[in-house]
Amino acid sequence: MLELIRQPWHWSAAGILIGLVVPLLLILGNKNFGISANLRHICAACFPGNIPFFKYNWRKEIWNLFFAVGIILGGFIAATLLHDPEQVKIAPALAASLAENGIDDYSNLVPTQLFNWGNLLTIQGFLFIVVGGFLVGFGTRYAGGCTSGHAISGLANLQLPSLVATICFMVGGFISANLIVPFLLKL
Amino acid sequence: MSKIKSGATAAIAETMNTDFEVRSLDTQCVNASEKDLPLWYNLKYLLAGIFFGIILVKSEVISWFRIQEMFKLQSFHMYGVIGTAVVVGAISIFLIKKLKIKTIQGEDIEFQDKKFTKGQVIGGLIFGLGWAITGACPGPLFAQLGSGIGVIFITILSAVAGTWVYGKFREKLPN
Repeated sequence: MLELIRQPWHWSAAGILIGLVVPLLLILGNKNFGISANLRHICAACFPGNIPFFKYNWRKEIWNLFFAVGIILGGFIAATLLHDPEQVKIAPALAASLAENGIDDYSNLVPTQLFNWGNLLTIQGFLFIVVGGFLVGFGTRYAGGCTSGHAISGLANLQLPSLVATICFMVGGFISANLIVPFLLKL
Repeated sequence: MSKIKSGATAAIAETMNTDFEVRSLDTQCVNASEKDLPLWYNLKYLLAGIFFGIILVKSEVISWFRIQEMFKLQSFHMYGVIGTAVVVGAISIFLIKKLKIKTIQGEDIEFQDKKFTKGQVIGGLIFGLGWAITGACPGPLFAQLGSGIGVIFITILSAVAGTWVYGKFREKLPN
């Protein structure tokens, strides 16, 4: 059984379990599944800077921060107790295009050849680690949610604005992965 | 005395109202619960987060490679995960509404309708650009950090900075 859990999970199992987080949070306490709001709660708690957008009682939303800390712990458990020693399997076409740019280490789900402390001080690393993160934080809040808030809980509640947001996430992602990321990999 | 008291209550009500309004701006998730519960009640959300974090890692949703495959149409995996999650979530919400299921504290479960904004388009595109670069949306960023990629802490800090800059210039942006 443990052996089965350690292997990468099938998309259908993952999809069912992630989908069940939606009713789980609703039944536990009327909470809407969403994660990017935590970035805002961190601003409201640590650097409100007299900005109206951050002037609210973030303590009332502390459940969301507990959830985020739980995700960090869950990531730790999955990478230690449930660790899979096998190499990450990736699509051959992707492997070929990455190999051209020297990315050939598949020992981790995150390519540590790009995402490491040493690379942070290079232009390439700065763009992947810092600029990428900035776009995620700015874009999710401007859009009013991320993959969890819009694409999963928003669509599950049949919200048309969430469909618009999700389509735009995908369009941005297609442009970025096919035009911007290949350029960044060459740097 | 009672006048002062009612005045104070009104003031509290007013703060709470603006609080809800500010909080409702640009968000999917407003804590609708009226109950004021002790802090340790939140531990159940920590457990829910652990459950979610394990799923994110074991299903490779936190994989930078999986995100590239999705946007290059090289694998069905992420479409399968997100699609199945939406269907399961939709059936769950339908059942919660239909059967009027309550929370474990006995409160009604409420849903708020979303309004269209320009941000869903502009912000959505900006987030999409970032999603393919970092190979992670906000949930997976936390799971990547937990799985031992320390430098993702900087990505999360930068995402907090991005949110802050949005908050700072919110009034000047098309909404």
